[in-house]
Amino acid sequence: MIQIKDIHKEFDNTPILKGITTEFKRGKTNLVIGQSGSGKTVLLKILLGLFTPNKGEIYFDGIPFSSMTDDEHRTLRREIGMVFQGSALFDSMSVIENVLFPMRMLTKLSEAERIEQAETVIERVNLIDAKNKLPNEISGGMQKRVAIARAVVMRPKYLFCDEPNSGLDPKTAIVIDNLIQELTKEYNITTVINSHDMNSVMEIGETIVFLKNGTKEWEGSNQNIFKTDNEAVTDFVYSSNLFKKVRKLYLED
Amino acid sequence: MRDNLCKQTLFFYFRQVNILKHVGAYFLMIRLVFIKPTKRSIMYGLVMKEIQDLILGSLGIVCFLSFFVGGVVSIQTALNIDSTFIPENLVGFATRQSIILEFAPTFMAIILAGKVGSYITSSIGTMRVTEQIDALEVMGINSVNFLVFPKLLAMTLLPIVIIFSMFLGIFGGWAATIYGGFSSSASFIEGIQLEFNSFHVFYAFVKTFLFAIILATIPSYHGYYMKGGALDVGRASTVSFVWCSVVIIVVNYFITQLFFS
Repeated sequence: MIQIKDIHKEFDNTPILKGITTEFKRGKTNLVIGQSGSGKTVLLKILLGLFTPNKGEIYFDGIPFSSMTDDEHRTLRREIGMVFQGSALFDSMSVIENVLFPMRMLTKLSEAERIEQAETVIERVNLIDAKNKLPNEISGGMQKRVAIARAVVMRPKYLFCDEPNSGLDPKTAIVIDNLIQELTKEYNITTVINSHDMNSVMEIGETIVFLKNGTKEWEGSNQNIFKTDNEAVTDFVYSSNLFKKVRKLYLED
Repeated sequence: MRDNLCKQTLFFYFRQVNILKHVGAYFLMIRLVFIKPTKRSIMYGLVMKEIQDLILGSLGIVCFLSFFVGGVVSIQTALNIDSTFIPENLVGFATRQSIILEFAPTFMAIILAGKVGSYITSSIGTMRVTEQIDALEVMGINSVNFLVFPKLLAMTLLPIVIIFSMFLGIFGGWAATIYGGFSSSASFIEGIQLEFNSFHVFYAFVKTFLFAIILATIPSYHGYYMKGGALDVGRASTVSFVWCSVVIIVVNYFITQLFFS
């Protein structure tokens, strides 16, 4: 579980996050949603340790991040998996080499054990036939699946995904969403997903945090997001005609 | 007029502060290159790949340019000797001195700033743009050590490339002199041997070594700390080439002062 308490962050005296407090539960897909510029990515980068908050604290399973020693930070990093928006695969490495990379860098396993573990995960994301291909030889959806495989190969306790569906067609996006949710349950991971894709919200939003202008505007789940009266949330959720119609049907039911 | 002067002074001040900021960040990056090293087995592979890309990949163009520039130096020297009091072996002597002291180490370094420097900046810059560096950081890997150290180590082999450049430059000079009919082979070779001072070769290698460090680190700095998208990768490559050239020329001046004054 990750707890965030009163996180503030500013860049060049411009406040980006203004006192975010929430918690992300283990074994659940926790979504952070909001418009572009709402502070989602900054929050994610703070969780990853890439940015330091100006104020506030983050607790990873009860341990405050700021009081961790260098060794504890290093251990924590090994327990984190990350799926970047653009996949961030290493261009010069094949699919299997990309998945093997964190194990080669961070574990003392034998090469045979690493390959076995990597192949298991690649098979789990249905890419075993493409394991020797380079990232530029596979589709965007497949690249995302490789990124997921690379993120979970070390069996992380925490998985962060930055807009995992961006640039994908709706069908592939659902495959990616479901894969993330299945792996979250299977490995009992605390998963945090940044998204502004309403399909993801509907599919896998077990807990949802809605950010607006750097503040937490609303918190709930995909079960109650349609029932909320919060104007900012409804503005965001029903920005498309399709969802306006869905809401109408939902309320009629 | 006074307002304009104030504005210019302020602009100059902020520009200096900005340059100092970059110099500070550059040296902080150099410190990061040597801490939290990558596993030796992984580093070995990375260094070999960089030797292939940066050193062996540059050998062809260096040999080609050296041969022809050596030829041009000897032709120019021969054509500018009008007096019969000047011995013919001066052509070989001047070619040797020009190639060993300046052309092979300094001008080759500037040419490599274009080839190797741009390659380093664009490859690291692309990794920055596509979040590959962030991915390394998230995994708890010292990305500066992982990316810059192998390049730095590979570039320390630059003196070997310069040996080829020296040899082929002088050989090109000899070929141009003989086939152009400017001097005899014997007098050219006599000129090459005339008052040979091995300290000059040592000086050339020392500065080549320093240029190698500059060629590995300045482009890496520009690639690593770049911001923006694909267009900015190109811009960073250009800026890195300019700064590499400037620093090489300035360092060359001070090294020459230090060794020969």
